[in-house]
Amino acid sequence: MELVTPDIGLVFWMTLTFLGLLFILTKFVWPPILKSLKEREDFIERSLKSAEDAKAEMSKLKAENEALLVEARAERDKILKEAREMKEKLIADAKQSANEESNRMIASARAEIDKEKVQALSDIKKQVAGLSLDIAEKILKRELDKGDDHDALVAEHLNKSQMN
Amino acid sequence: MNKAQKFFGSIQILLFSFLITVNAYASEPQIHGEETHETAQNEHHESDHHEAAHEEHGEENFNAGDMIMHHIADGHDWHLWDWKGHAVSIPLPVILYNKERGLDVFLSSKFNHGHSTYAGYKYNHGEIVNADPNDTSTFYDISMTKNVVSIWISVIILLLVFLSVAKAYKKRGSDAPKGFQSIVEPLIVFLRDEVVKPSIGKGYERFMPFLLTVFFFIFLNNLLGLIPIFPGGANVTGNIAVTMVLAVLVLIVTLAVGNKHYYKHIVLPDVPLWLLPVMVIIEVLQVFLKPFVLMLRLFANITAGHIIILGFMSLIFIFGQMSFGGGLGAGLFSSAFSLFMSLLEILVAFLQAYVFTLLSALYFGAATEEHH
Repeated sequence: MELVTPDIGLVFWMTLTFLGLLFILTKFVWPPILKSLKEREDFIERSLKSAEDAKAEMSKLKAENEALLVEARAERDKILKEAREMKEKLIADAKQSANEESNRMIASARAEIDKEKVQALSDIKKQVAGLSLDIAEKILKRELDKGDDHDALVAEHLNKSQMN
Repeated sequence: MNKAQKFFGSIQILLFSFLITVNAYASEPQIHGEETHETAQNEHHESDHHEAAHEEHGEENFNAGDMIMHHIADGHDWHLWDWKGHAVSIPLPVILYNKERGLDVFLSSKFNHGHSTYAGYKYNHGEIVNADPNDTSTFYDISMTKNVVSIWISVIILLLVFLSVAKAYKKRGSDAPKGFQSIVEPLIVFLRDEVVKPSIGKGYERFMPFLLTVFFFIFLNNLLGLIPIFPGGANVTGNIAVTMVLAVLVLIVTLAVGNKHYYKHIVLPDVPLWLLPVMVIIEVLQVFLKPFVLMLRLFANITAGHIIILGFMSLIFIFGQMSFGGGLGAGLFSSAFSLFMSLLEILVAFLQAYVFTLLSALYFGAATEEHH
């Protein structure tokens, strides 16, 4: 029974000592330790979180960059396409206007030529008429020598041919 | 006590015949060295007399029971070893208070190991009694016994370690731990995250100081108890007075922090009306049984561990009394087993401190729980 009978002296000293230990440790030891542990854990948690955030930011930036790149590529393609279209259109336009111009020039040249031709023909006709008159006059002077009636007859003939 | 006595009893039964033989020839003086020449039949006869020297100061043959009880019990001096038949021990202050005779303070060496009386008291097998058998006056023994001194040694160690650790935390802030910090920090974090937080939940912080102190106090004293020589060796956490104080403190804290749900659950449990009287008795009983079991568990586990190791050690001397070869064989066998047991006891030292802390935390948690 001696073993399970609490000894009053030991109970006394144990209570006193343990309460003293509890007091000192509670006052001076546990608060700073627990506080530091908590702070360190918070710090680690914060660091991990900010690392996570940085990672998320990074991937976001990367995605953004990629999107920008895709957009830029599309833009470039679009511009190139437009340029190509513009070039083709320009060429087509130029061709067309050149065609028109040449057609116009050809037409006007043709008209000029026709006009010149008519002029030339009329000149020729005049000259031919004149020549013919001269010739006829000379012939007539030499051979027939009949006066002004022949001239009137020739002019009448010329007017008739001009109307053709 | 049950566990302790049962084990002790089984050792006694096991070795009953040997002890009888040994005791039967106690008085014959013989020189120890001669026993190796004796025939097998005479070995018992001769072997016990290396104990003869002990008879000078009143000790009989080696008695495993007495030896074990002496080692696990508290004492008024700190027995170091025997030298040439005399106990070498550190005398400790004896403090006695008697209403009539007043306060007496003196060193236990005044008793001369039970041979002298002093100030009207005498020492009788680990207990101080009135020297005069007719004197029936009661007195209080508040001596600084072996366990008291051992508790103080453990407190000094705890303070040295933890004050320096606290200083390191203050200085180093939330930097990585260093030195002693690295030893205690995993334990503190383990207790906080695996024991206190899950057991108590919200508001666990205010119980941390008490539970940490209890854990480290029990753990260190368990470990000190495993060291067989001077600064250790006292059976502090295997002493019912020590575990009682711890358990009573747990009870006081539990009752102090208990909220209205806790008390309502005790005086008005949710049971049919006819069951109420029985349940109230059970509930009230379990309030006190919980810390009572805490007290017994720690006491019995640590004491049992000490008894087992001491039992193995006793085997050496019991067999040694019979024959030199027997002692040698038992010595090898017992040393191996005590080594194994000591390693197991290191685990038990941690485990029991952990269990005590865990259960205390659970009781606090139950007392502060908001709703079921």
